[in-house]
Amino acid sequence: MTETLLKIEHLVKKFDDNLILDDINLEVKKGEVIVVIGPSGCGKSTLLRCINALEPIQGGTISLDGEPIDDKSRSLSVLREKIGMVFQSYELFPHLSVLNNVMLAPLKVQKRKKEEVKEEALTLLERVGLKEKAGSFPRQLSGGQKQRVAIVRALCMHPELLLFDEVTAALDPEMVREVLDVILKLAAQGRTMIIVTHEMQFAQAVADRILFLDGGSIIESAPPEEFFEHPKTDRAKQFLNTFTFEAVKTPHKTIKEEED
Amino acid sequence: MPDLGLEVLLKGQNMVRLLEGLWIALRISLTAVVISIPAGILLGAMMTRKNRVVRAVLRLYLEIIRIMPQMVLLFIVFFGTTRAFGWDLSGETASILVFSLWGTAEMSDLVRGALISIPVHQYESGEALGLRRVQVYRYIIIPQTFRRLVPLSINLITRMIKTTSLILMIGVVEVLKVAQQIIEANRMASPNAAFGVYLAVFLLYFIACWPISMFAKYLEKRWR
Repeated sequence: MTETLLKIEHLVKKFDDNLILDDINLEVKKGEVIVVIGPSGCGKSTLLRCINALEPIQGGTISLDGEPIDDKSRSLSVLREKIGMVFQSYELFPHLSVLNNVMLAPLKVQKRKKEEVKEEALTLLERVGLKEKAGSFPRQLSGGQKQRVAIVRALCMHPELLLFDEVTAALDPEMVREVLDVILKLAAQGRTMIIVTHEMQFAQAVADRILFLDGGSIIESAPPEEFFEHPKTDRAKQFLNTFTFEAVKTPHKTIKEEED
Repeated sequence: MPDLGLEVLLKGQNMVRLLEGLWIALRISLTAVVISIPAGILLGAMMTRKNRVVRAVLRLYLEIIRIMPQMVLLFIVFFGTTRAFGWDLSGETASILVFSLWGTAEMSDLVRGALISIPVHQYESGEALGLRRVQVYRYIIIPQTFRRLVPLSINLITRMIKTTSLILMIGVVEVLKVAQQIIEANRMASPNAAFGVYLAVFLLYFIACWPISMFAKYLEKRWR
């Protein structure tokens, strides 16, 4: 029996009077990969931001390893060390080289030795095929390269949980693959991850469990085969239909991946 | 070849006097710069705060200083305060005061602009990595703000140096006033002195400002 890493109970998030997340309950086990999908504005990204305490929550509890995450808590930065987050718009630090982007937090937050961090950073960069870019600045990289650096930057902190917030949404289609491949590799290593994405085929390949969010609630939670083949709710069916195109010339149906 | 009146520059102490005038202009503007930059940084940071009253007051200050011609400000501070409050400010003190008020206002707006131009995601990605608030500012926000600010504030410094040409109006004998005195004194002997002397003044301003603006260009190239 694997242990629970993240536990969310009765989470409520409001922006003023707008209810964004309504009574979310979720347990994530160590090594589990959860993919969150749903129409835009359903609260997927907000859910990730709440887990990282980037958004204050109005009700319920979120705990990692049994420790509550709370934006006022003093140990917040200790908790955040354990949660790596990768954003849609990469958000590398433009004034630092790739290597320094990766090394900043391990050096300043974890106070690790420079030699050791540098070695690890270079190894991780090599793994995503970017070792020779270590001295480059973010502006010299393509979108896909920036996003791979952002993933390495998160990994170098040795997080227990990785959050991916639509990490391919801002990328040109031909760069999506290189980033998704990196995430697939991480899944293969047994990392615990929560991924928000619109890439349905990728979701199917990487997920242990799909969460379908709509209107701020979890509508379905099921293994990918089950969710994609036999969605239980009408809303999920409707949502999945938006990714399917009826062929106009032949009787065959084609499933096409949404590209942006 | 027309008589450009250059020989006047070589007469007596004329060139030295011009240089002394330039020094006064630089002393006034650079003293004001030294006051304006920290004060502007402070006010600029306050302008990004949420407190509406503070923001409104600072905005008002900025707008008033911007709308009013520097010459009018100089007159108010130099002549106005003597009558109204009985202050006996020297021309130089009044100039430093006005230039500091003006420089602080302009600088605060530059700082505000640079601060709000840093996307909120930069703060968030720093925090998401576990950096504390202070560390986010120290390693991420301030270095980026600084880079945006340096070329802009250097531009402000050269504007302040050039604007000292107004302070002869309140009786400060700076480089332009010295030039006028030299021309005046040599009206009979070399009536064409105006060209040569003003040319020298032009070159002196150029020599003072050009290296500063080249430095700004260099930094811009290095950081962009």
